[in-house]
Amino acid sequence: MQDVLTIGQHTFDSRLFVGTGKYKDLDETKAALDASGAQVVTVAVRRVDLSKPQDQALFEYLRERKFTLLPNTAGCYSASDAVRTCRLAREAGMTAFVKLEVLGDPATLFPDVEQTLEAARVLVKEGFTVLPYTNDDPITCKKLEDIGCAAVMPLGAPIGSGLGIRNPYNIEIILKQSKVPVIVDAGVGTASDAAVAMELGCHGVLMNTAIAGAKDPVRMARAMRLATEAGRLAYLSGRIPKKLYATASSPLEGVIGSERA
Amino acid sequence: MRIEINGEPREVQEGLTIGVLLETLGLSERPVAVERNADIVPRAHHASTQLHEGDKLEVVQFVGGG
Repeated sequence: MQDVLTIGQHTFDSRLFVGTGKYKDLDETKAALDASGAQVVTVAVRRVDLSKPQDQALFEYLRERKFTLLPNTAGCYSASDAVRTCRLAREAGMTAFVKLEVLGDPATLFPDVEQTLEAARVLVKEGFTVLPYTNDDPITCKKLEDIGCAAVMPLGAPIGSGLGIRNPYNIEIILKQSKVPVIVDAGVGTASDAAVAMELGCHGVLMNTAIAGAKDPVRMARAMRLATEAGRLAYLSGRIPKKLYATASSPLEGVIGSERA
Repeated sequence: MRIEINGEPREVQEGLTIGVLLETLGLSERPVAVERNADIVPRAHHASTQLHEGDKLEVVQFVGGG
């Protein structure tokens, strides 16, 4: 049986979700997205700049390669802005699949939990498939799940910080209690961070800066693809327990006589 | 008549519909969403929705983001 990820009505083979922001140019964006093997990409919702001709090459590429768009509510600091953005995203993209992000503070970009919960309630009621960016607090994640979110997306560390999974113990608690997929979103810095998240049992990882901000984004995208797959395989393989003392790997019988005094 | 689009004032002809406006802006084939006075106007209604003096429009699209 194939190891697929199911969220709401969607099924994916790739557990790596990537953002489309911060790349040098369109060619780099395309090459990195291809190398990542991702099927889900996030996009932001912004005013059209009417003073310049519109370049939709990115979206033509996303459509042609059949990526699943996950519009985000980045830049929203209130539930009402986030809800409004999701409604606009649904209208523009004809998709009810949304990443809910309500920020509390521009320096840390930590989520405003209260506003996130409020927005989630409205959006779930309006039939959206909500993937909320949240902090790594099991209580908040449980509330989001109970509201009806299709997944929970706890941060590993602040957005763009590259600090990795700062609190793997919280992530583990969230995993133990969740009946919906848990996707680490934010803070991944390098390949091992993605592998760590997947080894804990996370169902997916979402990242943007880790790839786009790397010196060689296309190579890093490939690294992240491999790391996400490796971490998932390791998790499914059932790792050995951690022990304080050694257990020899070679047999103890038949050791040749020693020259020791 | 004077309307506002994305925070900028614009002079447009009387009876202009959202559909024609988007065409003029080169946006009719793009995935965009339009809000008129804080209400989303569904795509199916663009051709038939006429704008009035003082209307405030928001026209949004998808851009790269994380």
